[in-house]
Amino acid sequence: MLELRSVNAGYGSFQALFDVSLEVKAGEAVAVIGPNGAGKTTLLRAMTRLIDLRSGQLSMESKDFTQAPAHEVVSLGIAHVPEGRRLFPRLTVEDNLRMGAFLPGARAEFSSRLEKVYSLFPRMAERRYQLAGTMSGGEQQMCAIGRALMSGPRLLLLDEPSAGLAPVVVQSIFDLVRQLRTEGYTVLIVEQNIQQVLQVVDRAYLLETGRIRSSGDAKALLGSEAIRRAYLGLV
Amino acid sequence: MNLRHFSVLLLVVVVLIPWAGLGKYPLHLMVMAALWGYIYTSWAIMGRLGMVSFGHGAFLGVGAYSVVLCWNLWGLSPWIGALIGVVATVVLAVIIGYPCFRFKIVGHYFALVTLALSEVVRLVIVALREQTGGSLGITPKSALGGGESYSLMALQFDSKLVWFYIMLAFWLMALWVWHQVDRSMTRLALQAISDEEDAAASVGIPVNRSKLQVTVLSAVMTCIGGVLYAQYQLYISPETVSGISISLQMVFGAIAGGMFILLGPTFGAVFLLILSEGLRILVGNDIHGVDQLIYGLLLVLFIIFMPEGILGGLLKRLKAQPAQSGQQSLAQRS
Amino acid sequence: MDSIFDIFLLEAVLNGVLLGGLLALLSLGLNLIFGVIDVVWICYAELVMIGMYGIWWLHTQQGLPLPLAMVISISMVAACGVLLHQYVVSPVLSAEPINQLLVTGGVLFFLQAFATVLFGVEFRNVGFRMPSLNLGDMSFSGARLVAFGVAVAAIGGMWWFLRNTYLGTAIRAISQDRGVMPLMGVNARQIYTLTSALGGGFAGLAACLLVLQYDVHPAIGLTFGPLTFLICVLGGLGNLIGGLVAAFVFAQFISVGGFFLQLEWGYVIAFVFFIAVMFWKPEGLLSKRR
Repeated sequence: MLELRSVNAGYGSFQALFDVSLEVKAGEAVAVIGPNGAGKTTLLRAMTRLIDLRSGQLSMESKDFTQAPAHEVVSLGIAHVPEGRRLFPRLTVEDNLRMGAFLPGARAEFSSRLEKVYSLFPRMAERRYQLAGTMSGGEQQMCAIGRALMSGPRLLLLDEPSAGLAPVVVQSIFDLVRQLRTEGYTVLIVEQNIQQVLQVVDRAYLLETGRIRSSGDAKALLGSEAIRRAYLGLV
Repeated sequence: MNLRHFSVLLLVVVVLIPWAGLGKYPLHLMVMAALWGYIYTSWAIMGRLGMVSFGHGAFLGVGAYSVVLCWNLWGLSPWIGALIGVVATVVLAVIIGYPCFRFKIVGHYFALVTLALSEVVRLVIVALREQTGGSLGITPKSALGGGESYSLMALQFDSKLVWFYIMLAFWLMALWVWHQVDRSMTRLALQAISDEEDAAASVGIPVNRSKLQVTVLSAVMTCIGGVLYAQYQLYISPETVSGISISLQMVFGAIAGGMFILLGPTFGAVFLLILSEGLRILVGNDIHGVDQLIYGLLLVLFIIFMPEGILGGLLKRLKAQPAQSGQQSLAQRS
Repeated sequence: MDSIFDIFLLEAVLNGVLLGGLLALLSLGLNLIFGVIDVVWICYAELVMIGMYGIWWLHTQQGLPLPLAMVISISMVAACGVLLHQYVVSPVLSAEPINQLLVTGGVLFFLQAFATVLFGVEFRNVGFRMPSLNLGDMSFSGARLVAFGVAVAAIGGMWWFLRNTYLGTAIRAISQDRGVMPLMGVNARQIYTLTSALGGGFAGLAACLLVLQYDVHPAIGLTFGPLTFLICVLGGLGNLIGGLVAAFVFAQFISVGGFFLQLEWGYVIAFVFFIAVMFWKPEGLLSKRR
């Protein structure tokens, strides 16, 4: 479904991604894991055209979108839930969700999708007129994911959804990811929380200092020596 | 011959030029150049340190109207009138400056608050129309009735030559003040403040006091500029010496020339004069406002393409030749 | 005889309310631009002036009916707003805020001179007379009443637009987080263009209302320009509601102050009030930002 080929990207004179290739097949859940500063967020930003590529290709369902302007990416069926949630703090929950449905195609489906999101996240329905900035981190994460769902995407990109959240909440987030999978969404998650994310996805890529070091079946990676030693502190 | 010698030579030339038999009008232009050079420099002493005031018209107007009103209404010599103007200016500058700096009113807000001040002054002048003549303006009563060519007490001089040297003297003084502010600890402090205020404060630099000092200095110098203007032009009106128009003009003049350089504001003054005179010659007196038109257009273009001003841009290019780095940073800026 | 209730004082208060409506409309356009794009259009009043000249020229010189002249003028000033943003403001958006103030200041001079060159310095009048409304001893200019009504309607319309449409919500959103807009399929530049058009459009509408009451001349912007900035700052730059409240407060100072003293003193009091408030609450009376 989504394919990245030999992507090189960075900021100014600083290069953050080196020859990155990966793919996400329809119906899959894929994780990109790696330490801080590996370039995971940069990868997602390159994927959604928020930054330009130095070289490489991006394609979605065989359609090349390497040069597409950033605001056209969502119309390809890709929804990006950014790092830190990035809700509009002084808009209500419902207005935030409304912004998610900005695309002309999404507007027509607004009411039905809104209902869907509210049934997925009952807490959001309760707080529909509350200012988004006044909610807790976990609630904001729910709202951010809901906002992304409003565009009716086929592929969901989640950037560190568990960052800054309490452990109990983190668990509910990953449960949510499982639920989204059963709903039929294809998911790509960028995460530092290796332990939990590898239990939720099918495959994973290991990104270190801008390069894909290894990739493969999630369970296999979880069991691999390298990962266990480097990231899980187990010897 | 290095830059130093060249400047001195240039200065000598400027001082001596009037004796070469300049007509009345060119001499008038030189007087104006020196005066506005002085005024813009006074503004920039404060402006270049991050305190961009849109209200210096207040101080100019206070200076101008103090001397004229004191003379016309109460027969007080402009020497005294100027003193009163200076005192009033100091009070105004402190009233506005102290709270602004204390409450960290900066940038947009500072510009607009100072703008309010200049408008208050203008409106008060207009409101007191009985005494000030309102929008019609006012002229100091002539003290040169009996064929005298000057009156020291009334600060009125017939000869433009005399005025030229007076303006020149003040202009040189302004440059000296600029230099002194630069050299003193205050300058380093203010640079630090304009870059990173809290850090500066944490190192023990008396932020508010330094800012206030420079503000009062700039205000008083501008006030005196108003005094000189009134006594030379012998006609002032609320719009020409106070309010938003003249305040903006001061800002533009200084910036067009380059407000971070010593001679920048002066350059701006000369440039604007040449521009308006040149246009007047080209276009004739019939079409009002063409010079302002070009002026406005140039200002817009300057801010977009050459925010360091003419002189600043020139210097940057001269310095950049060896390394090409100047060009690059210019490009990066836009 | 000396009752506390003075009918002419009431008249001044009510006139203040009417004036407030007009000032509120002016502040709305300016606040919209600042709230969304983070720039102060120092030349805002001059845009209004251009609109007024447009109406005058189209109606008195070209013989177009007044309503048509007004509609054309509003569109013209809206277009000016877009051009202003595109060619003058955009290039300096990443520079220091003071550069943005200065560049629009240059446009201020330009527009004033432009009007002078085209139309001269004489005062021009559209020649439109409306009857006054008389309530007892009080008399209210018809033009003022109409201006108030239209201003309130326009403000209400803008409110509805911002709250209930996708574009309106996007406008509110972009000022809170610009970087995230593309993720929802919003072209930020288009929103900025729309906002500049709206800002210009409001200036054009204000021009329509002002031209019914006042003569136009090139320097007219200086009479209400500074006032508009101060109203916006007082209410908190970018705060639409704050601007409205501040507009009515200011208008009262001007109207009632002008009633007790000369007209200019009313303005002086208003401005001094502004300076005083700045020191009490520098972010503005109702500010929610910074």
